[in-house]
Amino acid sequence: MTQATITPDGRQAGPVLMDLRNITLRFGGVTAIKDISFDIREGEIRAIIGPNGAGKSSMLNVISGFYVPQEGEIWFKGYRRGPMKPYEVARLGIARTFQNIALFDGMSVLDNIMTGRLNLMKARIWSQALWWGGAEREEIENREQVEKIIDFLEIQNIRKTPVGRLPYGLKKRVELARALAAEPRILLLDEPMAGMNVEEKEDMCRFILDVNDEFGTTIALIEHDMGVVMDLSDRVVVMDYGRKIGDGTPDEVRSNPEVISAYLGVEHA
Amino acid sequence: MEFLYASEILLNGLMAGVMYALVALGFVLIYKASGVFNYAQGVMALFAAMTLVGIMEGRVPFAHLINAAFGVHVSSFGWTVPGLLAILLTALVMVGLAIVIEKLVLKHLVGQEPIILFMATIGLAWFLEGLGDVMWGADVKMLDVGLPQGISETVETATNNWLGYGFFIDRLDIWATVIAAALVAALVGFSQYTKQGRAMRAVADDHQAALSVGISLRFIWIMVWSIAGFVALVAGIMWGTKSGVQFSLSLIALKALPVLMLGGFTSIPGAIVGGLIIGMGEKLFEYFIGPMVGGATENWFAYVLALIFLVFRPQGLFGERIIERV
Repeated sequence: MTQATITPDGRQAGPVLMDLRNITLRFGGVTAIKDISFDIREGEIRAIIGPNGAGKSSMLNVISGFYVPQEGEIWFKGYRRGPMKPYEVARLGIARTFQNIALFDGMSVLDNIMTGRLNLMKARIWSQALWWGGAEREEIENREQVEKIIDFLEIQNIRKTPVGRLPYGLKKRVELARALAAEPRILLLDEPMAGMNVEEKEDMCRFILDVNDEFGTTIALIEHDMGVVMDLSDRVVVMDYGRKIGDGTPDEVRSNPEVISAYLGVEHA
Repeated sequence: MEFLYASEILLNGLMAGVMYALVALGFVLIYKASGVFNYAQGVMALFAAMTLVGIMEGRVPFAHLINAAFGVHVSSFGWTVPGLLAILLTALVMVGLAIVIEKLVLKHLVGQEPIILFMATIGLAWFLEGLGDVMWGADVKMLDVGLPQGISETVETATNNWLGYGFFIDRLDIWATVIAAALVAALVGFSQYTKQGRAMRAVADDHQAALSVGISLRFIWIMVWSIAGFVALVAGIMWGTKSGVQFSLSLIALKALPVLMLGGFTSIPGAIVGGLIIGMGEKLFEYFIGPMVGGATENWFAYVLALIFLVFRPQGLFGERIIERV
């Protein structure tokens, strides 16, 4: 296990929380991810960047269990994780958001966020039915946590609104709230700022930093916008054509010639 | 007197409507949770009722098969099981059925088009129908779990003293209404106020998102099919007590279709209101308009009403608005 270290910008990076070793993922004849290894440390913001089709989303889907890689090992909290269903991964404490938003459109904002806490609620069905034996207390405790998150993300005024009616930027925020409600060990964000205007992007950036600061949540995110990533993250993995071409602090990555060529298209143009 | 007679018909219609609603409810539950129109719901009611009778009378399941294969003559265990215990056992059988359906059918069709799942439920309906016959025999069975039947004298004398006209109301209908109301209240409470209910609504809304918050689709599907099985059992008991347990019981599913078109496929209150409107409508229509067109309107009234709804309000009274975004 790696000891805690101080990152260049003064933030504390903890021991390795998740370690991905030699991950290879194929769809039929197409290799989406080719022998990639990297780790995620406790308390850091880890970004995965790369051009379109580089395999970033596939990587996130591997971590969250939506895809099962053909080769490689996933170590989480010091244990090797066997092949798992997505819901089992979620129960381990890995929450995620989706690139094109997967919310429960028919349910209110509050109910959506409450679903994030389903696995933290333990009352038996009978006691829930009779509203007895801790079920009431549990519901109230969970509601309090959810209200905190609602306050934190500044969505108090829409708490009763059905999600389907919300504008895009707010939906993204609700999705973040639902993932946070699970009190995850690792929060996976799939392009949290895609399709947002400048203002919404700034808000989202602030929220991500605040979540990391205040809850100490480890965050792994995928992003297109280079500028955003460099400001936000502690360490960056760069992917291109399913391979890892760079890994390090934003500054290290920025000066990596292979990364520059991938982004500017020197070699592939 | 004319008015009172009409109200009596109305009341009877409402109670018949409750029975329709009970069947429709099973459809709505599965449709809401998995987007599947479960063609087998009617057969499930028949299967549940057959199993209930079989257990109560202590029949040996697959008796014909066993007799033919081993050259013996078994038919009965020689005991009878009291109604309530038998209902409990049958409910367990329905849960078992739900698990088997998930394992053998649903699991392999995850992510398929709804029409493919629909076809699968048609297959399921045929299979269950055959299974019921092989297990318990195809004879018409009487079902009596101890529900009161016959004209309620209390209601008759009370209304006679009060209005000077005695209402004829079947006690079974009164009980069916009470039980259905309790069942609906329990189901609504379950889906709105328990975490499993919340998970069920979540699965109905978005499979991916549900997985990402740690909901097991498999568990929810088994749960929903078990509940639908239980609703089928209740419907089977009511209809079976009324008209005997026989093949025609599975056809009550056809009566549920217009109810669903009226109420909307996705709404529990819709199933109730739809059932009441159809039950009431067909009785009143028969009374007022029937004589003018030669009677027997009850056979087609519900379907014509449903057709009219399909033209003017295809999502039903309570269904989700169909909005096409471009």
